[in-house]
Amino acid sequence: MSRDAENREQFRPENHDNEHFLLTTVVGSYPKPKWLNRANDLAEDPDSKFTQEHLHEAHDDACRVITNEHERSGLDTVVDGEMRREEMVEYFAHRIPGYEFNGPVKVWGHNYFDKPSVVGEVEYDEPWLVDEFEFTSDVASKPVKVPITGPYTLASWSFNEHYDSEADLAYALADLVNEEIEQLVEAGATYIQIDEPALATTPDDHAIVGECLERIVAGVPDEVRIGLHVCYGDYSRIYPELNDYPIDEFDVELCNGGYEQIDVFTDPEFEPDLALGVVDVHTAEVETVEEIKENIKQGLKVVPPEKLTVSPDCGVKLLPREVAYQKMENMVKAAREVEAELDAGEIDLDAPVPQAD
Amino acid sequence: MTELVSTTPGLYPLPDWAKQELSDLKGHQKHDLISGNEGADIVGAYDRAREEVVSEQTDAGLDRVVEGQLRWDDMLAHPLTVHENVETGGIVRYYDNNNFYRDPQVRGELTFSGDVAAELDATADLLGDESLQAVLPGPYSLSDLATDEHYGDEADFLDAVSEFLAGEVDAFPDHETLFLLEPSLVFSPPGEDVDERVPEAISAVSDATDADVVVHTYWGALDEKVYAHLMDADVDAIGFDFVAGDRDQTLYNVNEYGTKDDIALGLVDGQNTLVEDPETVRERVEWTLDNVQSQTFDTAYVTSNTELFYLPENRATEKLAALAAATEDELEVEA
Repeated sequence: MSRDAENREQFRPENHDNEHFLLTTVVGSYPKPKWLNRANDLAEDPDSKFTQEHLHEAHDDACRVITNEHERSGLDTVVDGEMRREEMVEYFAHRIPGYEFNGPVKVWGHNYFDKPSVVGEVEYDEPWLVDEFEFTSDVASKPVKVPITGPYTLASWSFNEHYDSEADLAYALADLVNEEIEQLVEAGATYIQIDEPALATTPDDHAIVGECLERIVAGVPDEVRIGLHVCYGDYSRIYPELNDYPIDEFDVELCNGGYEQIDVFTDPEFEPDLALGVVDVHTAEVETVEEIKENIKQGLKVVPPEKLTVSPDCGVKLLPREVAYQKMENMVKAAREVEAELDAGEIDLDAPVPQAD
Repeated sequence: MTELVSTTPGLYPLPDWAKQELSDLKGHQKHDLISGNEGADIVGAYDRAREEVVSEQTDAGLDRVVEGQLRWDDMLAHPLTVHENVETGGIVRYYDNNNFYRDPQVRGELTFSGDVAAELDATADLLGDESLQAVLPGPYSLSDLATDEHYGDEADFLDAVSEFLAGEVDAFPDHETLFLLEPSLVFSPPGEDVDERVPEAISAVSDATDADVVVHTYWGALDEKVYAHLMDADVDAIGFDFVAGDRDQTLYNVNEYGTKDDIALGLVDGQNTLVEDPETVRERVEWTLDNVQSQTFDTAYVTSNTELFYLPENRATEKLAALAAATEDELEVEA
C-alpha cells in the first residue's frame, strides 16, 4: 500500500497564484562549478597549500550558489545539487563502518568507479547527511529535499564479502537508512528521496526493494514525504508491484524515451503520486515551455493533477550548467502555465493525450 | 587420476597506474576507445602493463599464462570492434553487469585481422618455459554480442564469425591451451534453429589449432538441450561456473550426458573481492569431482568462473595466488 500522500500541500508556496498545484522538484545532482572541481584537485595535491578546511569552505560556497540557482529558477523544493558528493555509492560507503575500498574497477572504457567491498557488519556511526541538510536549510528559503542512495543500490553496486546474500546486505543497509532518516526528520527534513537506479537493471528484485522500503519508512511520520527515484528501466517488469511500495511518490524518467512507457502505469490505477521526468537530461537542447507542457500532460494520463509532481528525468550533473538552469526554469514556467489552464478548465482531463514522437 | 591445471579465463584489470596513464593518453569518451591503430605512447603503455600481468601470473605459479587482454576495452566484443569492416554503434550493457561496450555493427566481410595474434606474439616473447594460453570469445557469444548488418541471416552470421575466429587462431603463435569464452550460451541461449549449429561453429575454431581447447561457460547452468548439443563440439573440455551457477543443473547435465575427457571448473569468484584461500579452492575441486559420478578426468582446469576485470587490481592478483597454490601439490584426485 502506498503511504498517504496528503503531505504535498506543505510545499505549496504561500504566494502561489493558482488553485492547482503541481509540485516542482529536481532529482538531485547538478553540474559543479568549474572552480569546485579545481578546488577538489588542489585538495588532493600534497604539494598545494589548499587544505581540507579550504575544501570544506569551497563546498559550502558551492552549496550556497547552487541552492540559490535552484531558487531563482522558481522550484518549489530545492537541493544543494549534491556539491559534496562525487559518486552516489562511494559517498555513503565512506560513512558506513563495514565498508572498505580496494581500488577502482572498470565501468566502461577508461571510466572507473571505486567499487567498495562490504567486509563486516554494516553499522550506523555518525550521521551521513544531517550537517549538509542543516546547512542547505539555513541558506534556502524553500523546503529542501534530501536524496539518499537506496540500500538496494548500495548493496548491488558493492562487493558483498560478508552477508549470505545481497538481499541480506540490502536489508541491513535499509535499517541504517531508516536511522539516518530519523536523524534528518529530527533536524527538520520533510522531503526524502530514495534513489534506486539498480532496480532498473535487475527488476526481478522488486520484492527486495519493497522489503527495504518497509524498513526505511518504519516509524517515519506521515507528514514526511518519501519519494522513490528509478531511471532507465523496463517498467512493465515492476508495475503494478510498485503500487505496494510504502512511498508517497514514484519519480521516474520517461522524457528520454518519448513517453513510450507511460501507458504501463495506467492499468491498474496508479497508487502513489507520480513525479514525472519532463525534461531530458541526456540532451543539451533546452525544451521549450510549450514542449514541456505537453510532457506534463503525459503525466495527467496516469494521475490527476493533485497527484502529479514534475521534475527532470534524472540528475542534471552531466549537462552544461547554463543548460541545466534553463531546463529548470522552463520546467517551472510550464508547470505554472498548466496549473493556470487547469484552473480555467482549459485542459480536459478525460481527453486522450497524443503520444510524443 | 586427474591432473589439476591452474589457469584463468583472461581479461584482467589494468594495473592502477595504467588505468590512469591510459585514461590520460586516450580519453574517456566512446570515440577514445581502442581502434587497433593506436599510437606509440599507447602501445608502449600497454606493453608495460602486459609485462606486469604476465609476470604476476608466472610469479604466482599459474600453470597457464594468458596475455591479459588489457586492450579489450569492449571486453569479449573486442575482436570485432577493432575490425576494419565493423563500425561501433552505441554503448550497450555487457550481459547483466554494470559494464558497457560499444555495439559492433558488422558492415562487411569479416576478413583476417591478426589483432589478437599480435598480442599473443608479444606475450610469447615474454615467456620462457611457461605455457601460453590463448583466449577468445566463442563464436556464439561473439555473434550474440554483435549486430549483423552484412550477412543477413543468424546462421550465416554465426558461420562467418566462426570462420573469422578460425582464421585468427591460425595466425596465433604456439600455445598450449585455447579458452573459448561462451557466456552467451547461458545468458541468451541459442534458439532452436541455431543451437544445433553451435557445436559446428565451435569445432571450426577448435580445428584451427593443435592446442587443447576449452569452451568455458559462466553466469549459470546451461540449458539441458544446449548442453546436449555442445557435447557434439570437437573440443577437449567444457568449462562450468560452480560459483554463480545452478550447481545442481550443471551436475545433472554432466552426469546425464557425460562430458569431455577434461573439464574446467570455475571455482574462484571473479566478481567478488573476497579472496578464497587455497584450501577452500581445493575442497571445492574435490567436492565437484566427487559429484561427477559418471567419469574420471585426465585434466581438470581450475579457474575463476568469470573474467577478472570486475575486480580491483589487488584482489585479482591475490586470486591468482590462491588458484596457483590450490593446485601446487600435484594433488591427485580419485573421482
